[in-house]
Amino acid sequence: MKLYCLSSDAAKPCFVLSFKELLIMLDCGLSAHSVLNFLPLPPVPSTRLASLPNYTPPHVNDPLLEGELKECCGRVFVDSVPEFCPPLDKVVDFSQLDVILISNYTCMMALPFITEDTGFKGQVYATEPTLQIGRFYLEELSEWVSGSGGGAGAAKRWKELVHLLPPPLASALRPRAWRRLFSPGALARALSRVRVVGYDERVDIYGALDATAVSSGFCLGSANWVLRSAHEKVAYVSGSSTLTTHPRPINQAALRGADLLVLAALTQTPAHNPDHMLGDLCVHATVTLRAGGSVLCPVYPSGVLYDLLECLSAHLEGAGLAHVPLYVVSPVADSSLAYSNILAEWVSVGKQARVYLPEEPFPHAALVRAGRLKHARSLHDDAFSADFRQPCVVFCGHPSLRFGAAVHLVELWANNPAHAIIFTEPDFPHAEALAPFQPLSMKAFHCPIDTSLNYSQANKLVRELRPRELALPEQYAASGGTAAGGGAAASGGAGGTRPHIGADVPTVVVRRGAARSLGLRAGLRAAPLTAALRVRDARLELVAPAACGTPGTEAAPAPVLHWSALDVEALVRALAREGVSEARVEAGADGCIVHLPRHDTLVHVERHATHVFCEGRSDVRQALRRALAACLPHI
Amino acid sequence: MPEIKITPLGAGQDVGRSCILLSMGGKNIMLDCGMHMGYNDERRFPDFSYIVPEGPITSQIDCVIISHFHLDHCGALPYMSEMVGYTGPIYMTHPTKAIAPILLEDMRKVAVERKGESNFFTSQMIKDCIKKVTAVTLHQSVMVDNELEIKAYYAGHVLGAAMFWIRVGSQSVVYTGDYNMTPDRHLGAAWIDKCRPDLLISESTYATTIRDSKRCRERDFLKKVHECVEKGGKVLIPVFALGRAQELCILLETYWERMNLKYPVYFALGLTEKANNYYKMFITWTNQKIRKTFVQRNMFDFKHIKPFDKSYIDNPGAMVVFATPGMLHAGLSLNIFKKWAPYEQNMLIMPGFCVQGTVGHKILNGAKKIEFENRQVVEVKMAVEYMSFSAHADAKGIMQLIQYCEPKNVLLVHGEAQKMEFLKDKIEKEFKISCYMPANGETAIINTPTKIPIDVSLRLLKAEAVRYNAQPPDPKRRRVVHGVLCVKDNRLSFLDIDEMCDEIGINRHIIRFTSTVRFDDAGSAIKTAEKLKTLLAEKLQGWSITISDGNISVESVLIKVEGEDDNTKSIYVSWTNQDEDLGSYILGLLQSMVQ
Repeated sequence: MKLYCLSSDAAKPCFVLSFKELLIMLDCGLSAHSVLNFLPLPPVPSTRLASLPNYTPPHVNDPLLEGELKECCGRVFVDSVPEFCPPLDKVVDFSQLDVILISNYTCMMALPFITEDTGFKGQVYATEPTLQIGRFYLEELSEWVSGSGGGAGAAKRWKELVHLLPPPLASALRPRAWRRLFSPGALARALSRVRVVGYDERVDIYGALDATAVSSGFCLGSANWVLRSAHEKVAYVSGSSTLTTHPRPINQAALRGADLLVLAALTQTPAHNPDHMLGDLCVHATVTLRAGGSVLCPVYPSGVLYDLLECLSAHLEGAGLAHVPLYVVSPVADSSLAYSNILAEWVSVGKQARVYLPEEPFPHAALVRAGRLKHARSLHDDAFSADFRQPCVVFCGHPSLRFGAAVHLVELWANNPAHAIIFTEPDFPHAEALAPFQPLSMKAFHCPIDTSLNYSQANKLVRELRPRELALPEQYAASGGTAAGGGAAASGGAGGTRPHIGADVPTVVVRRGAARSLGLRAGLRAAPLTAALRVRDARLELVAPAACGTPGTEAAPAPVLHWSALDVEALVRALAREGVSEARVEAGADGCIVHLPRHDTLVHVERHATHVFCEGRSDVRQALRRALAACLPHI
Repeated sequence: MPEIKITPLGAGQDVGRSCILLSMGGKNIMLDCGMHMGYNDERRFPDFSYIVPEGPITSQIDCVIISHFHLDHCGALPYMSEMVGYTGPIYMTHPTKAIAPILLEDMRKVAVERKGESNFFTSQMIKDCIKKVTAVTLHQSVMVDNELEIKAYYAGHVLGAAMFWIRVGSQSVVYTGDYNMTPDRHLGAAWIDKCRPDLLISESTYATTIRDSKRCRERDFLKKVHECVEKGGKVLIPVFALGRAQELCILLETYWERMNLKYPVYFALGLTEKANNYYKMFITWTNQKIRKTFVQRNMFDFKHIKPFDKSYIDNPGAMVVFATPGMLHAGLSLNIFKKWAPYEQNMLIMPGFCVQGTVGHKILNGAKKIEFENRQVVEVKMAVEYMSFSAHADAKGIMQLIQYCEPKNVLLVHGEAQKMEFLKDKIEKEFKISCYMPANGETAIINTPTKIPIDVSLRLLKAEAVRYNAQPPDPKRRRVVHGVLCVKDNRLSFLDIDEMCDEIGINRHIIRFTSTVRFDDAGSAIKTAEKLKTLLAEKLQGWSITISDGNISVESVLIKVEGEDDNTKSIYVSWTNQDEDLGSYILGLLQSMVQ
């Protein structure tokens, strides 16, 4: 068994497990940190961004670099269509992958990079909400990046001169491997490959393994995968949460007692408690709204958004601000809000109970009906523009502030200190996200809400699950050495080895446990068996040989098996019984020789072999065979 | 030989009151727990005293599985859990869990408040009963205990209807509940994978009918309704609140829209909006088309269909009314029927099956006068049309399902005896598998072969495959493996001899025989060997004979030629004990050659 790690971002994991002659990809996360090095793509042309000064590194005169780099408040940005950092492609041949298992929709964004134009022929498995919401994420991303990329071309030259550029661009990780986003066509083809599974459904993988998705409690449809062969069990835990939010709670029982536990996608903001952050957000929003300002929350179109809508609407009502409109702006806003209310089988018990009434599991449907919550495809929707009132709360993407409606709103509101922007998604550092919009007068708050496991929860989980071995990305293992207080997930591990996983280097992380020990054991029985083999529907059946086939065909007899050492004296006695007498025994170097002069026969007896040199008389030989058989244990 | 025992307490050669006891591998499972609509006495519920004459029932039943929310499949559940005292696990799908209590409550109201029955379960009992239910999702494999596993498949009959696959050890059974193999306007078709159960328990409501195409039936239905309202008649369509009603509403709604009709259409129950809400919320259980378009336009928001008020019964003029219950055995639909039946211009359309003993059943059988309990007699002059819209599989569908899942035996329930007989013959002829149809209280015993799972060594299989593939292809050739069966820690493994020796730590003892034949032949030893090879190849056809360095080998037999040129050669023939037959044959051959 081998485990490869193809992603340098532990929160957007991508592993490949080779096991039972199968190549299994676990998640395919797309690291989007690279987009922070690019200038934002405004949905409507922005004069400010267009008039930023060009940047040329000192002492370089390269005409090809002309216009590729721009400077804003001392930071250098690439003026181009943003690029992403897909999983490493040279380590594993994607055409050889047998199956891709996806744990949740935040970890599937690189799917088209892996399945399209790579010769990929395998299967992709995900739960239904993962597929649907993942589709929203991907379509939103694709629409924003391709829809607004008007004038900006593809800048390439700067990648040759990275070493001359100021930080943080200089320290960018392998910019040459960055890729532009896939086309909508590739996206649609990739998604059409996904096969939908339910929780606890056993998926047979080429007859070698059973894969089961079990609830992980992180978001709608999020799953941990359990791979089971006849004698081994591997658990892949990615994006799990032990907190109570809207999805189904984590199923820990199914993960217990694995031979190998792979742990990935822990929290990205271990210092922030999600509950406190949600409280802070409500307070910041109330204060801003009271002062007549508006609030912008750059968010993804699903996930924590549902919790934000639920909490914030209730809080505003309590604060006497029920008249403040909430807007969700996204190309997929309507679908996302509608879908969340038909996924009754995937939500927590409390939300499920509402469905039995029958009421929608999430309150945002009621908010829409009451007119408090409005959604629009884009900011310049006619109906939306006509309806738009301030102060208000706007939820829109993208959290990186490099594309999408949020770019336009930040540009619009940047100079007004009454407005506020509140960051809730943990994927991007907020200071960097805001860098190209400096100088900025609007207030900025950082309230990251990441419900996935923190280190102490992960430690506790590993202790309870008792895996025989644990594998985790190097980021998590390393923090155990440096941050004594934090304690890496591995430090509580059940005595398993603690492999370091090189981010960009394929590493054999896992070695199988000790080989079966040998030796005769109590309760062991053996018997020779000859059986007819029937191979049908990928199932092997051993049938009694008489039951199949015609009696006419000859059946080869089962080979006789002798073992142990030969007792020479017993042999001589047995020979005498067979009428072959006058045996002379001579001791040799590592055995002895039995001489039968009358029959011109020599028998070399060694510890594990007997060699008979005889003349061609078959009656003598048969007598010898009987004698030998009588002296040796056999079956 | 292990057995699977099936005893129907209801639905054995009968429609209504589905309740089937299944026992295999030491587990007892109750499949559905329905009530009979045609009876008002104790015959309405299954006879639980069959299971245990007295005492607690829980210890006798390992779990109860409910296939869908129709009362003939779940109607007796509160009675069993709250009045008989069953406390074990109960499984059903999420939509069933949501909708069943509403139908149960409806039925309870009719039974207690209209008919004034006592000794019936209460509202609270329904609530308590549903609280004990574990909801399952499609394809989720649920371990009821260490040995009993169940898994639900989509059945298409009504919202949330499921077929259940049940496994204990190596034995497995599929129970279909009611299912539909053709997609309709709001639900998809039943689907199951090739799970090859030992037994398929299938409903057989339409065992003998092969229904014409759905489209024809729909056109027919719309034409009849349209003709009737055009003449100023009233159309009564008795339905159950959920299921067929929604499909027919979608049908009428689109027709009214297309033809721009203005006649009022009513849906006669307070449940309308609620019922449609369930469909909205469980839209993942409807068909592909509705699921895809629901964001833009929800098919269950009806424009033309208005709620009904009791005062409308006597309104003049044409109208179409959907009213519950579907079998005209009580409630509003029966009230409307009594009022409208004596007029010729009116029409009654029965879109579903009616159980024996109900008013619906009598009318469908051509009764022109119906007498009620209070001596009231109603003359039936209105036109009566029966249109099979109930979503059951027809004979073709049943055969199709059998083909899908490849069972080793089939057992028919939920159908009428003569029709079952016909289908049974057909199944036995076409699939060459045995088919059973026990009556209520009768036990069918099905023997299943014992299977013992064995770990087979890969080396053994690969060696066999190499040998098999080396031979010219012949699909009839037997594939034979030799090996050793090991029993260790209660686990069986089938190993090859060397592996077995390693496993149990013994050393093989190899016995070899060597004989010499003297042979006068001029020329080099190599040449002699070549000659021998040609000879052997002639005699031993079909064996692979190889020669290297002047040594000939056939299986484990080695032949070696030694000696100077122009001299007598010594031919050594050596073989292992296993190959005695071959060795002595070759030796004999050489000896005869020398002489």
